[in-house]
Amino acid sequence: MDPTPPQKEPPMSVLDKQGADRQDPVPDKTRGEPAGAGSTGSDEGGPKNTRGRQPAGRRGLFLALNGVSVLLGIGLWWVLADAGFTLPTPPQVVSRAGTLISNGTLAGDIRASLTRVLIGFALGTAAAVPVGFLMGWYDILRGLIEPWIQFFRTIPPLAIIPLAVVIMGIDETPKIFVIFLAAFLACVVATYQGVVNVDRTLINAARVLGAKDLTIFARVVVPASTPFILVGMRVGLGSAWATLVAAELIAAQKGLGYRIQNAQLYYDLPTIFVGLITIGILGLLMDRALLLAERRLTGWQERR
Amino acid sequence: MTTTTAKISVQGVTKTFDLGRETFTALDNVSLDIADHEFVTVVGPSGCGKSTLMNILAGLETPTSGRALVDGAPVSGPGPERGVIFQQYALFPWLTVRQNVEFGLRTTGVPKRERRSKAEYFIELVGLERFADALPKTLSGGMRQRCAIARAYAVDPSILLMDEPFGALDALTRVKLQEQLLHTWSRDKRTVLFITHDVDEAVFLANRVIVMAARPGRVYDVIDVDPATERNEDFRLSAQFADLRNRVWHSVYHQEGRTAVASVSPSASS
Ligand SMILES: Nc1ncnc2c1ncn2[C@@H]1O[C@H](COP(=O)(O)OP(=O)(O)O)[C@@H](O)[C@H]1O
Ligand SMILES: [Mg+2]
Repeated sequence: MDPTPPQKEPPMSVLDKQGADRQDPVPDKTRGEPAGAGSTGSDEGGPKNTRGRQPAGRRGLFLALNGVSVLLGIGLWWVLADAGFTLPTPPQVVSRAGTLISNGTLAGDIRASLTRVLIGFALGTAAAVPVGFLMGWYDILRGLIEPWIQFFRTIPPLAIIPLAVVIMGIDETPKIFVIFLAAFLACVVATYQGVVNVDRTLINAARVLGAKDLTIFARVVVPASTPFILVGMRVGLGSAWATLVAAELIAAQKGLGYRIQNAQLYYDLPTIFVGLITIGILGLLMDRALLLAERRLTGWQERR
Repeated sequence: MTTTTAKISVQGVTKTFDLGRETFTALDNVSLDIADHEFVTVVGPSGCGKSTLMNILAGLETPTSGRALVDGAPVSGPGPERGVIFQQYALFPWLTVRQNVEFGLRTTGVPKRERRSKAEYFIELVGLERFADALPKTLSGGMRQRCAIARAYAVDPSILLMDEPFGALDALTRVKLQEQLLHTWSRDKRTVLFITHDVDEAVFLANRVIVMAARPGRVYDVIDVDPATERNEDFRLSAQFADLRNRVWHSVYHQEGRTAVASVSPSASS
């Protein structure tokens, strides 16, 4: 009954394995105002200057540089294609994209791929958040669950596919399962880390204000871990997307990965390019959407 | 020693921490009584167990032996009659000033309308009405601590436990908040246990200064300040203040070769 409160301790070893976990969303905890470093002025005058985002001018310049870089890249690609490298030219790719769009192939592939990734990702996240919370809150559960997570994290989800196909057949289930696994593993670790990192002082502050365990959980632990969870979700989505495409390369009759694989059989480079670019754009869009959600939900964080 | 009339009574409290191979004695047989409406400051070198003592009274830690009584009853966890103010402000960063102040009112089930008006009142009391809907990250250190004070006041505790509340603030802000705190205290006379490492602050605020010593943490000296004294700038610059300050300073910084004070009771004058 008595939950072990989250403790500050070094994260479990598996946590710092993947570079992705290093995106550290830790809110500043102990940001006491330094007692006037060189300043004798009182800080009572007004609200603190919150450091603004990039000024508009610099931001414009930045976007312009982005655009220039993309155009240069496409130009280079075109030059290389013309120079005789085995590459389709940009117009060839655009025209193939037109064909694939107008005959509905691209839309069908996108729908198939997105359906798989979203179902797997949603299931994985939905399972990961409560499991991560439980691991962070109850030492016993962490002891029981941790070895499995450690173990499965060392196996690339793709290596599970043959097993999943044998056990679950060749329909959607094995694909969704490996995506689920990829999303789950990324997100569960981040959630756990979020719970463990909740500032003890905030929990104490809630307790002295009369909060009991359930209230502390709902009104302190959950919001305090949100930044971690959202980072975990982004990592999980990236991982799910990568796993999906690879899964479709191996076993599918539809989807972007399948389309690329199929085109390879006919040396159909323009179609491969259309597939790759679509995968990239969709991945980017999904990441941006989550980033936006992250900004919205964790705007209270202090950033330096 | 066991004056059950004391508002706060610490009786032979020892607190040890298990550090694996050895145990560390953070508090060694500490006894002290604090009367109702008293303003007591605790000063001592870092590591002498000030926070540990406060956490025990707040109900966040339990003594290894001995007991802590509040209103004659043993402390067995946090309670609404004890408001706690932390050095790190401990505001919930995802809540606005108003929501922070309402936090304790929500957990104690105060109805929404009453919650609103109470929060309003205390936000105004600490002068944050213009920032009621601001997030903590936009506030200065002094404003954050005032928000934390409003949050503690809102549940109307009869005791305030303050752990170096102004320690992270610049000197001017600190003086301002000290004066505001005393001003509020002179009206509501809550019992205050105020921890600080600043000798001036300890003398200026207190009816009684308790000096602690480290290794092991214990009460080392007790210095009374005439409660009739008016706490204003004149007091700060007076010979009386300088004298008290010297005594406390000496107690804090020259602690060698003296045994601990066995027990502390409210001074006769207060
Ligand atoms: N949870 C803990 N585990 C081990 N040692 C602790 C713990 N809390 C405090 N201590 C030790 O007890 C001593 C007193 O700590 P504290 O009460 O915070 O001192 P102060 O507030 O006077 O600086 C310190 O030496 C500190 O390292
Ligand atoms: Mg301390």
